[in-house]
Amino acid sequence: MIFDNKIVTFTFLQFFFVIISFLGLIMSFVNSDFSNETVFNHSHTTKPLFYKISGTWGNHEGSLLLWLLVLTLFIFLFLIKSKDQTKQYRILTLLFQQIIIIGFFTFLIKTSNPFNYIFPIPNEGLGLNPILQDPALAIHPPILYLGYVGSSIIFSSTLAATTLNYISKEWAKHIKQWVLVSWIFLTIGILLGSIWAYYELGWGGFWFWDPVENVSLMPWLALTTLLHCILVLEKRLTLTSWVVVLSISTFTLSMCGTFLVRSGILNSVHTFANDPERGLFILIFLFCLIFMSLFIFFFFHKVKNKDSNSFFWLSKETSILINNWFMMYFLAVVLIGTIYPIFLEVISSEKISVGPPFYNKLIIPFLIPFLFAMAIGPKLNWIKSELENKTYLVLFLILSLLVSVFTIKNLNVNFLINTVLVTSAFYLFFITLRDFFTKKFKNLSQNIAHFGFSLLILSILFNNIFSTEIITNLKIGETYEGAEFKINFEKIEQKNEKNFKAIIGKFNIENSNGTIENLRPELRIYNQPNIVTSEADIKTNLLKDSFITMNLVQNQDYFNIRYQIKPFMIWIWFSVLLITLGGLKSLILNKRYEK
Amino acid sequence: MKSKIFQIFLTIFFIMIFFIFYKGLKNPNIYVPKNSLEKDIPSFKAKIFDNNTLVTSEEIFKRDKFYLMNIWASWCLPCREEHPFLMELHSNKNLEIIGLNYKDKKKNAYKFLKELNNPYEIIILDKDGTLAIEWGAYGVPESFLIQNQKIIKKIIGPLNKDLFTEIKRLIK
Repeated sequence: MIFDNKIVTFTFLQFFFVIISFLGLIMSFVNSDFSNETVFNHSHTTKPLFYKISGTWGNHEGSLLLWLLVLTLFIFLFLIKSKDQTKQYRILTLLFQQIIIIGFFTFLIKTSNPFNYIFPIPNEGLGLNPILQDPALAIHPPILYLGYVGSSIIFSSTLAATTLNYISKEWAKHIKQWVLVSWIFLTIGILLGSIWAYYELGWGGFWFWDPVENVSLMPWLALTTLLHCILVLEKRLTLTSWVVVLSISTFTLSMCGTFLVRSGILNSVHTFANDPERGLFILIFLFCLIFMSLFIFFFFHKVKNKDSNSFFWLSKETSILINNWFMMYFLAVVLIGTIYPIFLEVISSEKISVGPPFYNKLIIPFLIPFLFAMAIGPKLNWIKSELENKTYLVLFLILSLLVSVFTIKNLNVNFLINTVLVTSAFYLFFITLRDFFTKKFKNLSQNIAHFGFSLLILSILFNNIFSTEIITNLKIGETYEGAEFKINFEKIEQKNEKNFKAIIGKFNIENSNGTIENLRPELRIYNQPNIVTSEADIKTNLLKDSFITMNLVQNQDYFNIRYQIKPFMIWIWFSVLLITLGGLKSLILNKRYEK
Repeated sequence: MKSKIFQIFLTIFFIMIFFIFYKGLKNPNIYVPKNSLEKDIPSFKAKIFDNNTLVTSEEIFKRDKFYLMNIWASWCLPCREEHPFLMELHSNKNLEIIGLNYKDKKKNAYKFLKELNNPYEIIILDKDGTLAIEWGAYGVPESFLIQNQKIIKKIIGPLNKDLFTEIKRLIK
């Protein structure tokens, strides 16, 4: 017991010292202490206080310190929360987690020390990239890190459990909470990044299949699959190999993401510095972890249940297994699309680029069976199930088919694929909706999450099908007249803010039914660094977003206007929140059950 | 026995990935197309289709004029589909159409133009496809509307009636 306390105390001290240095860095940012190199490179006295603080993790060095903070926080919480587990298991988990922590400590001190001095002390800093000065993006990194780094605990404890042959139904229950915690944070982190991209990058899209977005999606796919495997493990003690492999891959994919983003091997907004030395360090560290886990998996892992491969064809575990394979397929597509260009360049120095068409073609058709399995799977029983009294499944299929045929019929899109796709999404939608009434509170969290997913797919589909876009050049005072609406460019105004000047355009948009909307997009000229950004103005309501951006056309009186109507945007965000809520519900219910 | 082979195979696989990443680090900045609005056009040098002389991007894209840079190839079926639109745009005085012949054989390209007529003011060659990547293209056909050396509209895939009227409106 005393030994136990000592370990917890030391872990707390570790966390405590990291948080002190982190607070110290925040203070230097708040006080604009330019003797610190990190502050000098990424801050400026005219920046608002909020962005001074968020600037702490808006750069490579500071964000690594945040990584460390979360790593130490999680192992500390883990030790407190796992008092009912065996001592051996807890110590071994601590050991694996400390290997990760030490790796990151060395990385921080050797290659990216956030506390480097500059002398003589400069009077003014270089400032933060204006497109990063945004509320959603200010909280996006910490939340995403909680998800990323949270998976390190899953990684460590799975390795510990494998080494000790400790995997059991009880262990599954205990680790499920950690999976849920990182899954919730990862989901929200991705959502925030996507919202930011939507209104800051000015393209009106929410997902670009940019390598950096993919890098956050891959751990999410692995983690979601893991979550479902853990459920099977908890009930049936099978799929242990899946659980181990997925725990390892979730964390290695997060690390791999860090490598790709931080080494400068890929170019994007998230690339902070192109320093090959940093890349090399993470690369070596990443592969040490991979080989360590491979070693443990090969030599210590024992398959618990011999008949794990002989599920009855119609059962809940089979349907989960099927969807696991689909998830693995999606993961493989994203992984190949992200990494293959690097491979090809290295091997044959040929350059290719992979973009949305690739992902759309490979992923969308497979969503159809995936959605159907998602609807039917939860209806089945564990071990063995029969399809009796399930006529409503067929009735709902006909209903969703009819609904989608009526929606798609009059539109100028590919009829067959869209109808089938919308049908499968509606099917999941109706079935989960029905369950809210028939099943009441049984399995509510699963129901909410699946319902949210169907809503997400439906909103994305309708968003794609019904979007309209007008790009035109207008002078002040001119009016664009389209079939459905008129865009009237009234005037421009100027405004001076603390760290930027703004040119605000005033637009009246008259719809065919006579309603008038006022939109005011901005052009911002930031003083430090000197960058012009275009701020979209977005009017959101339940059915659609009106989205307008303007840009200067050089040496002319014209402004380039881009006006978009994006239906159901808010439902995309809302449905992701709903999915998260499902996870949250499961987490809270579990805790209550334990007490 | 079977699992031993699998283990060795997996280990070798990961070692291979390590070395590929390691080499990748040595030549960083592998290109990823960016979705930025109003991006400057990339500056480049390329060979001209007819006589193989080198031109620079500044020589092709002058200011005060609209350009439509169209990536095409004779082997690309959708390119045939959009060709009538290009021919129609060709008659517009405000606009010059620049062709980028992507990963193509010269003989086939000549045949293609002979059969369907040539809408292009200048055609530049991109034999290995690197130029198209510089432009951030995902495939063929793709078109970029350019004004003042800035890309004001990017069109992925073949032109159609809607896009055609939109281009006409933008260059009025």
